[in-house]
Amino acid sequence: MRADGPRLATWLLLGPALLWLVLLIVLPHVDMLLVSLRLRAGFGQYQTSAVHYLAFFTEPLYWRTFMRTAVMSILATFLTLVIAFPVAWYIAKMVRGRVRSLLFLACLVPFWVSELVRTYGWMILLRETGVVSGFLQWSGLASGPVEMLYNDVAVMVGLVYASMLFMVVPLVTTLDSLDDSLIEAAYDLGGNAWSVLREIVIPFAMPGIVSGCIVVFMLSLGNYLTPVLLGGKDSMWFTEQIFTQFIVRFNWEQGAAFGVLLLVLSSLIVWLGLKLTRQSFTEVMR
Amino acid sequence: MVVLPAAVALVWPVVASADELRLLTWGGYAPDEVVQAFEKETGIKVLVTLSNNEDMISKLRATGGAGFDLAQPSQDRITSAQQEFNIYKPIEFTKINQAQIIDSMLAATRKNTAIGDEVFGVPHIWGTSGLVVNRSVAERVKDWTDLCGPDLVGKVSYRMRRPILIGMAFAMGENPFEAYADVPRYERMMEKVGETLVACKPNVKAYWSGGDELINLVSSGEVVAAEGWDAGGWKLHDEKPEISFVAPASGALGWIDTFALPRRGKNEEAAYKWINFVMKPEIAAQITRSAGNFSASKGAEAFVDERLKANYQASFDQAAIDNIRWYPPVPAGLEAIEGRILDRVQAAR
Repeated sequence: MRADGPRLATWLLLGPALLWLVLLIVLPHVDMLLVSLRLRAGFGQYQTSAVHYLAFFTEPLYWRTFMRTAVMSILATFLTLVIAFPVAWYIAKMVRGRVRSLLFLACLVPFWVSELVRTYGWMILLRETGVVSGFLQWSGLASGPVEMLYNDVAVMVGLVYASMLFMVVPLVTTLDSLDDSLIEAAYDLGGNAWSVLREIVIPFAMPGIVSGCIVVFMLSLGNYLTPVLLGGKDSMWFTEQIFTQFIVRFNWEQGAAFGVLLLVLSSLIVWLGLKLTRQSFTEVMR
Repeated sequence: MVVLPAAVALVWPVVASADELRLLTWGGYAPDEVVQAFEKETGIKVLVTLSNNEDMISKLRATGGAGFDLAQPSQDRITSAQQEFNIYKPIEFTKINQAQIIDSMLAATRKNTAIGDEVFGVPHIWGTSGLVVNRSVAERVKDWTDLCGPDLVGKVSYRMRRPILIGMAFAMGENPFEAYADVPRYERMMEKVGETLVACKPNVKAYWSGGDELINLVSSGEVVAAEGWDAGGWKLHDEKPEISFVAPASGALGWIDTFALPRRGKNEEAAYKWINFVMKPEIAAQITRSAGNFSASKGAEAFVDERLKANYQASFDQAAIDNIRWYPPVPAGLEAIEGRILDRVQAAR
């Protein structure tokens, strides 16, 4: 009886999380996989087929859209890292106490409103009759209305803005645990700012950098609102394809196949990234 | 053991109580005042979910026709969705006060939403798709193809959905509705329309997807000519007189939104009560005021305000009314062709 006690407790504690995982994540994915493998042969008639996966590889449109989404997401991840690293360094090392909390808060505040509202905010700023265009005309820097919306740069700005917090937080956490005396010692041994950054800081912060990059990459890849609203007529984001297949075309089979492919291919890219930077997943997620 | 029932209770769908009507409809079709009046008269609470044609079919397909007691798809989208997904149940016309409905529209909808002897739709609101045009270019934009005219680079918007394909085909001298029955011919026609739309892409500022987006683009003056609904155009006209709705020379595209009963709806009685309630002329006029479109209710025009009537008459003279192209039911399968063309246009650079 007594021996069963702790085991039962463990299961009870795990129960809600396991149920959540199985009912809301594993089962839907299995169902999606099954849906993606069937072909609608007639009214209410189905047969098993891989034709929807073939469509992805044979129709250049889908393949190109995915590649474009992946490349843009990788670029967004890189830009986010470059911008977030100094910010995280400043928060972790340069300031203390109230200022530090305030800076953290400043990173957090934009996330108090929904993504939709934030994206509309960018639209108000960037559109032809928007704030930035108006300011440029008022200040005489531009002679006519300037359109800054509906292009890839606008999408990139939106993506970086939307994922900044998810890069800053893991970076601050790892940089925080970096002992200042290590940096001092490096300088004492004749290092300069660049070599200290390269030899001491970046290797130490690598787990934080990689976990931040994984989160930002996945968020960008799976983003729907930002590319669609800011990208305009050429946005071409892969999640948009999935949405279109499911909701507009009623082609659940094709949409499900795209969903599975997105999951597999993005996992593959993350795995490749880990291999290239020689990080192990368990190390990064610790 | 304790956790399981609790989790099941969480996941279990909320069971509709007897005095509730779950309505799946368009923005403006169930204004608060009408919902309140209905609740007062019948004691039935109305839960409104706003939607559009594709979303309605998707929602009902996901549940096999459960979750709602009454839906409002357009009449041309009912039979193919019913054949493919079996999401509706037939209407019992004895439960409907047919004297309240304009006879010709009732007959047309009965014909267009029938599968065998069973009829799946009752007409409610009708309207058209056409061109929303700024006065500055009104001389040059009179038909769908004029959206692709010179000097409109970056000044045009439309929705990447069926209407622009159909409209373009008509303006190019084709008749897509006649080609519905002839799939290869329809496909060739759509290929041609697709090429036109690819060539037209430099003119497009952005494709709009929701009504608010269209209103933003047009009222800010960033877009001077767009594909849009008549009601949207009239709403814009009330705010900015230089914008108006124009029926294209090759004919505005006419649609009729209907009432249809989801197959596994729980409260059929309430659904029939709602239909009979909102088709009363004075209630129908209230809905016309909020939706901006006219209804199939007999005698409702008498209660509609003068401004809306004036807008309507400015856009449609008798010839334009006679020229409206009413959507016939879409055969299953055509939308896959259209989807492919739209994808290709979207991907073109």
